[in-house]
Amino acid sequence: MSYIIDRRLNAKNKSAVNRQRFLRRYREQIQKAVSDAVNERSITDIDKGGKISIPGRDINEPIIHHGQGGYNERVLPGNKQFSEGDKIARPQGGSGQGGGGKASDSGEGVDDFSFTLSQEEFLDFMFDGLELPNLVKRQLSGLEEFKSVRGGIANEGQPGRMNIVRSLRSANMRRLALTGGKRRQLQELNAELAELEKIPEAHRDYIRYREVVELIAKLEHSISKIPWLDTFDLKYNLMIKQPIPRSKAVMFCIMDVSGSMDQATKDIAKRFFILLYLFLQRNYEKTEIVFIRHHTSAKEVDEDEFFHSRETGGTVVSSALQLMQEIIKDRYSPEQWNIYGAQASDGDNWGEDSDVCRDILVDSLLPSCQYFSYIEITNNEHQALWNVYESIQQQYPESFALQHIRGVGDIYPVFRELFHKKVA
Amino acid sequence: MKKPLFTTSEWNFDLIQDVDKVLGDLAAEFGLDTYPNQIEVISSEQMMDAYSSVGMPIGYSHWSYGKQLLSTEHSYKRGQMGLAYEIVINSNPCIAYLMEENTMTMQTLVIAHACYGHNSFFKGNYLFRTWTDASSIIDYLVFAKNYISKCEERYGISAVEDILDSCHALMNYGVDRYKRPYPISAQEEERRQSERAEYLQKHVNDLWRTIPKSATADAQKNTPRFPTEPQENILYFLEKNSPLLESWQREVIRIVRKIAQYFYPQRQTQVMNEGWATFWHYTLLNELHERGYVTDGFILEFLQSHTSVVAQPAYDSPYFSGINPYTLGFAMMSDIRRICENPTDEDRMWFPEIADSNWKETLQFAMKNFKDESFILQFLSPKVMRDLKLFSIVDNDEEDKIRVDAIHNERGFRKLRENLAGQYNLGNREPNIQVYNVEVRGDRSLTLYHYMHNRRPLGDSTPEVLKHLHRLWGFDVHLHSVDGNDIKQSFHCPQQSS
Repeated sequence: MSYIIDRRLNAKNKSAVNRQRFLRRYREQIQKAVSDAVNERSITDIDKGGKISIPGRDINEPIIHHGQGGYNERVLPGNKQFSEGDKIARPQGGSGQGGGGKASDSGEGVDDFSFTLSQEEFLDFMFDGLELPNLVKRQLSGLEEFKSVRGGIANEGQPGRMNIVRSLRSANMRRLALTGGKRRQLQELNAELAELEKIPEAHRDYIRYREVVELIAKLEHSISKIPWLDTFDLKYNLMIKQPIPRSKAVMFCIMDVSGSMDQATKDIAKRFFILLYLFLQRNYEKTEIVFIRHHTSAKEVDEDEFFHSRETGGTVVSSALQLMQEIIKDRYSPEQWNIYGAQASDGDNWGEDSDVCRDILVDSLLPSCQYFSYIEITNNEHQALWNVYESIQQQYPESFALQHIRGVGDIYPVFRELFHKKVA
Repeated sequence: MKKPLFTTSEWNFDLIQDVDKVLGDLAAEFGLDTYPNQIEVISSEQMMDAYSSVGMPIGYSHWSYGKQLLSTEHSYKRGQMGLAYEIVINSNPCIAYLMEENTMTMQTLVIAHACYGHNSFFKGNYLFRTWTDASSIIDYLVFAKNYISKCEERYGISAVEDILDSCHALMNYGVDRYKRPYPISAQEEERRQSERAEYLQKHVNDLWRTIPKSATADAQKNTPRFPTEPQENILYFLEKNSPLLESWQREVIRIVRKIAQYFYPQRQTQVMNEGWATFWHYTLLNELHERGYVTDGFILEFLQSHTSVVAQPAYDSPYFSGINPYTLGFAMMSDIRRICENPTDEDRMWFPEIADSNWKETLQFAMKNFKDESFILQFLSPKVMRDLKLFSIVDNDEEDKIRVDAIHNERGFRKLRENLAGQYNLGNREPNIQVYNVEVRGDRSLTLYHYMHNRRPLGDSTPEVLKHLHRLWGFDVHLHSVDGNDIKQSFHCPQQSS
């Protein structure tokens, strides 16, 4: 007799916990592999999961086995040319017949252990240990979503929400209250009846006896008339709607597109912006991006134009900051939005302009921003803008940061530097 | 000609039921005695889950299973490997997993192979009968899983993981080879566990009660060695005698030991087990075809996958990875049938007792009373050696070339057979390591001896394993490789500065 069972509907991730154990145990190695991968990947699949390799020797499970050497006999299939007594030269290297056992520490030949991370896991490792600074405003954003929470007991509601225990309890209470007087009378009458029945039938006050019996019957009848459950006994679980607090963030990407920014520099900036975007997306339910590019004048553009079109001309950074300030005023009230600014530039600015930038930042932008970060992508000396920004950073270390990037390899480390968890 | 059971490759539950019924009747006709079957249809993800828990339906959590899962998943998703068509578990009822992706032909093949082949082997073979208890294994695994997760809650995941790592490193040395353990159920196991914990702790304390003092040479001579006889079950020895372990740690060792014991027969009967199952799916499915239950298309599809299962690449092929147990087992089983039915003169000379006997009874006898080593020694015929073109080489580090020791000719048959059997002797394959002595009155160090076989030394990972042993023992550990009376090589943990 056989039983045939369809198990396909059972949970399929029975081993998920073991997977988690593995990731937990090799956290450091995986993190390193992930950060290497982030730097190597092309921009479009920077956030995909995918193949990760960690050194095989780190994760070996050692067991005791025989080493090389000594006297070994082996039976093999597929003989074509050998006869008994033939001598064969030892194969060099590789297949393990090598004599002497002098393999020493060249046992590094262990292959890397490769496996696939899901996107979620990949991002977890990528942003592990990072946090957004100054997460203060988590403004309720009104009417979008509600959740139902228990709100006690009500007298009205849907039949499906009926609270049976409460309903029956209140029915019981009502019955007790309504029948109290009658039951007391009944008790007295019963006692009297018992007294009367003790007296032999001949001596009994027959009229009273009949009266008592009738009264008892009447009372019992009227008690039984009280309904067992009445509509106003019914109690319902009350569910009330509560708005779900939702947090929103807007990210301003500001990039210099003047002639001095070449494609490679823009590419670096783009990677940085993407990292920041992914990171914000994980922290906020709703993230918007505003792209602002500038040369001598600033303009809000869409993503494609932001990264691809080229313009020439001088550089006036303050124009972009000015525009950002206006957009904030128009569309993103700091009351409701968490505002993040990220500016990338090669450090060029028109001489007088840097001081204007400082004024705009300090007076209007920083007070409304959660965080403003500036990265300078250049191999050259810092210029006026950097110096000005440096002084701002000293004033506002909480909400302003600046970092210097030289090449693609710096992006991820710099990003981590900017957002690493600060131990309080 | 009757109507075939099915003509398309789509399977459904009714069809599986019908096929199983027919195969069950046929198997009974051939005299196969089986546990009841529990056939479970699973998806490929579930198959990967099963892979990573060494094929068992439940198991405790450990990172190494996660590692296995990740690597299976990785290779499977990239198309570098296929998954097994089936997994079968030695339990009562016998659980067999069928993958939903299989065609009806494959499902039929798998049912014949697992539910009647392997199943009857589990029920009949003497090793499985003595060493495992099919009816209690699932129960025990449930107990083990719950116990380990309770330990994780109480002592932390890392603490439990450390002990498990160490136990896994020594898993092959946690097996009783001569004593038969008797099986108990999960409830009983749980009840006993607490008693055992108390008793053990008392017992261990007793052994270590004397305050260690520096032993004089004189005293050392007079005290008997502990253990009085060398112990080959290292995990058992540690469970009972390790001085510093807490009782839950001892229980964890015990769990690993029990599971190792459960798998011990499987490691010794791979060729026979697979050979038997392959032989029977081949025989049963051909019988199905002969009786008109299945179509010609079925038998062609079946033969195609059967052939790839029993393919044996030659030693110099890039696909060669040792002798394929399916090939060897299937060839030997089929050959036994041939010897019984159509013996040649050669067979009459080599196997006078089985030539012309009833093939079903002879096969049953072979299946029931042997393990790989003895099975090969007893039944490997010259014909099989010729067909597989076997040859034997000697790699001696005292000679500068490898010597061909025997080939498939009249002079070489016996030698070949002995060598091949030796290759399946676990005793030769695994280094023979035994607990030799404990300095009960001295520094509490533990000494193990590795008795060398054919002068073969221990592998590179030995120092790593010794670290695990050191963790379980808590004091110094020494391991000496001895050949005769000479110590050839010594390992110490912690490393000695000399």
